[in-house]
Amino acid sequence: MLEIRNLHARVDERAVLKGIDLTIARGEIHAVMGPNGSGKSTLAYVLAGREGYEVTEGTVHYQGTDLLDLSVEERAREGIFLAFQYPVEIPGVAGTTFLRTAVNALRKHRGEKELDAMQFVKFVREKQAELNISDDMLRRPVNVGFSGGEKKRNEILQMALLEPKFAMLDETDSGLDIDALKTVADGINALRDPARSMLVITHYQRLLDYIVPDRVHVLAHGRIVKSGGKELALELEKEGYGALAGAEAA
Amino acid sequence: MSAVNDTTDAVEALNETGYKYGFVTDIEADTAPKGLNEDIVRFISAKKGEPEWLLEWRLKAYRLWERQQDEEPGWAKVSYPPIDYQDAYYYSAPKSVDRPKSLDEVDPELLATYEKLGIPLHEQEMLAGVAVDAVFDSVSVATTFKEELEKAGVLFCSISEAVEKYPELVRRYLGSVVPYSDNFYATLNSAVFTDGSFVYVPEGVRCPMELSTYFRINAANTGQFERTLIIADAGSYVSYLEGCTAPMRDEHQLHAAVVELVALDDAEIKYSTVQNWYPGDEEGRGGIYNFVTKRGACRGIRSKISWTQVETGSAITWKYPSCILQGDHSVGEFYSIAITNNRQQADTGTKMLHVGRNTRSTIISKGISAGRAQSTYRGLVRMQGKAGNARNFTQCDSLLIGDRCGAHTVPYIEVKNRSAKVEHEATTSKISDDQMMYCRQRGMSAEEAVALIVNGFCKEVLQELPMEFAVEAQKLVGLSLEGSVG
Ligand SMILES: Nc1ncnc2c1ncn2[C@@H]1O[C@H](COP(=O)(O)OP(=O)(O)OP(=O)(O)O)[C@@H](O)[C@H]1O
Ligand SMILES: [Mg+2]
Repeated sequence: MLEIRNLHARVDERAVLKGIDLTIARGEIHAVMGPNGSGKSTLAYVLAGREGYEVTEGTVHYQGTDLLDLSVEERAREGIFLAFQYPVEIPGVAGTTFLRTAVNALRKHRGEKELDAMQFVKFVREKQAELNISDDMLRRPVNVGFSGGEKKRNEILQMALLEPKFAMLDETDSGLDIDALKTVADGINALRDPARSMLVITHYQRLLDYIVPDRVHVLAHGRIVKSGGKELALELEKEGYGALAGAEAA
Repeated sequence: MSAVNDTTDAVEALNETGYKYGFVTDIEADTAPKGLNEDIVRFISAKKGEPEWLLEWRLKAYRLWERQQDEEPGWAKVSYPPIDYQDAYYYSAPKSVDRPKSLDEVDPELLATYEKLGIPLHEQEMLAGVAVDAVFDSVSVATTFKEELEKAGVLFCSISEAVEKYPELVRRYLGSVVPYSDNFYATLNSAVFTDGSFVYVPEGVRCPMELSTYFRINAANTGQFERTLIIADAGSYVSYLEGCTAPMRDEHQLHAAVVELVALDDAEIKYSTVQNWYPGDEEGRGGIYNFVTKRGACRGIRSKISWTQVETGSAITWKYPSCILQGDHSVGEFYSIAITNNRQQADTGTKMLHVGRNTRSTIISKGISAGRAQSTYRGLVRMQGKAGNARNFTQCDSLLIGDRCGAHTVPYIEVKNRSAKVEHEATTSKISDDQMMYCRQRGMSAEEAVALIVNGFCKEVLQELPMEFAVEAQKLVGLSLEGSVG
C-alpha cells in the first residue's frame, strides 16, 4: 500500500526528516510514537503533500504510484486522509457545508453523482450517531468554538464519510476524556478494513489498547529508531524514550 | 471586443450618411449623433414623447452638469483615465440584431458560466437573448406574473411607460430623493436617462412575489443611464432584485445609474443587487465603470429600507446605497459584499443619515480583495440634532487573498445628538495556509477551498439575499475569484 524509502524532508530550511524507511501493507495499522518535536506531524504532512514541506531525498510509493508527484488534493482524492493534530477553524462555513463539499469533491473525482443537501443529511446521519455528534455541531461553523474533544470527533466523522484507503491520525487521542477516547477509538475500529491502512500517531499506549496496531515505530530526531510489535508501546510507556532517543543522539 | 467595434462602426456609418438634415427636427432618426449638448437632451425627451415638465427638469440638470464639467469627483480611491463625455452616444434605439434561435447558437463559454451558476434553462435562453418565440415557456411565466401583480394593484413598468401612464406619481417622486443637483453623475443621469424601472406598491399591499423573478425574465438591455424609482405606500412591502448573477457585457464603458426609493409609514423596501458587469481582463483592460447613486428615503414612521448588494463585476465601482431615516423609528440596513480581483477597483459603502428619533441602522460590509485589486469601504453615519436615541452598528470586515491587493476602511462618523449611539467594528484577515491545507486535504481544489472560505466570510450578507439568489450568488463568489490562487 505505502512504501517510504530513505525519506528526507526540510521545513523552513531546517532538515526535520532524516531518512525514514517504512512499509505499510494493505489493511495494516502502524503506530508511530516519539518525543515532541521528533518529526511525527512533519511525516504526516509530507505524506499528505503540504506545501512548504520540501522532500530533499527519498521516494514514497502509494499503491504502486509515485505519491510525491501529486498535489495535496490529488492525494486526498486517491484516498489519503489526515486527521489533523490541530484542526483549523473556518468561520462562517457550516460543518455540513464543509463535509458535503469534501464528499462531493471525492465523488466527482470518482465519476459519481454529487449529493444534494437532502441526500447528504441522510448519508451523514448514521455515522453522526455512531460518533455521538449532534446536529447542532454540524450546523455550527467548522471547528469554531469546538472543544478539543469535539474537534477530534469531527475529524473521525470526516474520515468515516470520506472512506480513505490510507488514513493518518495525528494525536487524535490527545485531549480526550476517557469516554470520548472510547467513542473515538470505536469510531476508528469501525473503519478498520482489510482494504484500509492506517498510521496512528500517539503519545499514549492507552489508545493502542483499543486500536491494536500491527506494528509500532519510534521516531526520534527525524528517524525511526526502533520498530516492534504492539508490546513495544508498553515497553515505552514504562521506560520512556530517554534511552532510545539518547542512544540515537550519541 | 470586436463585437463592440462592429457596433460602433455601424453606428458611425449611419451617422455620416443619415443625418444630413440635422437630428433635432428629425426625431424619426434612431440614433442621436455623438456628444452631449442641449439639443441631444431635447432629442431624447422628444423621442420618448415626454411632457414639458420633464424636459425642463432634464435641461436644468444638463445646464448644471455643463457648468460642473471640470468638477468630476476625485475623492474616491479609484483611478482611471479621464472620460471624454463628448465621445459617446447618448441615445440609440434598441438594436434588433439577429437573435440566436436556440441555445445551440450561443457562445459556449457564456453557457458554461450559466451552467456553473446553476441558472435554469429557460432563463438561460432569456439571458442569452434567444428569440422570444422560441421560449414561450418563460413568456407565459412572465404573463402569469403580470396578472398576479395587477390583481394586487402593484404598478410595475418601465419608467418611460410610467411617465406616460402615471405622470402624477412620477412627477411627485422623481428627483425627490436624489435631486438632479446631487452629484456629478446623478446630474448627468438626470439629463440623459433613457430608461429604468418604476414600482408603486399601494397602501397596505404586500407585493405577492419577489420583483426579481419577473424582472430577471424581462431583463432587457438595461442601458447606460438607468433610472429606477420605487415607492412603497403606507404599510406596504416589496422586495426587488436588480441585476443578475449572469455575466453582463456591455459596450458602454460608463454606467451612471440612479435609484430612488421612498418608503412611507410602516412600509418596507428590500432592494437587492447582484452586479456582475464585465470587470476587464487580468491587465485591467476594458471593463465597465459603474458610478451609481442609490438612495432611499424612509419618510414614514417605522418605515424600513434594506440594501443588500453583491458586487463582483466592473473595472471600477463607485457606489454608496444610502438611507435617509426621516421617519421616527425608521430602520436602514446595508449589507454588502464587494469582491475585487485582478486590477478591479471598488470604492463602495453607504450613508446612514439619522434625522428622526429612535432611528436605527445596521451596516455589514464584507470586502474581499485578490490579485492586485483595491477595495475601499467608505461609510458615513450621521446622527442629526433631532435624532434622539438613534443607533447605528457598523461592522466592516476585509479579507485579503495574496499579498498584492489592498483593503481600506474609511468611516466618517458625525454625531450631533448626545443620546445617539454609534458602534463601529472593523477586522482585516487573510485566508491562512492552514485553512487551505485543511480544505485541500479533504479533496477540494484550491479554488473550491477559496470559494468555500470566502462564502463563509460573507455568510451574514448572503443570508440577506432572497433564497433563490443566495445559491447563485454563492457560486458567483467562487467564480469571480477563479484564478486568484495557485
Ligand atoms: N513550519 C515550521 N517551521 C519551522 N520549523 C518547523 C515547522 N514545522 C515543524 N517544525 C519543526 O520540526 C520539528 C518537528 O516538528 P513536528 O511537528 O513534526 O513534531 P512532532 O513529532 O509532531 O511533535 P509533537 O509530538 O509535539 O506533536 C520541530 O522541531 C518543529 O519545531
Ligand atoms: Mg505533532
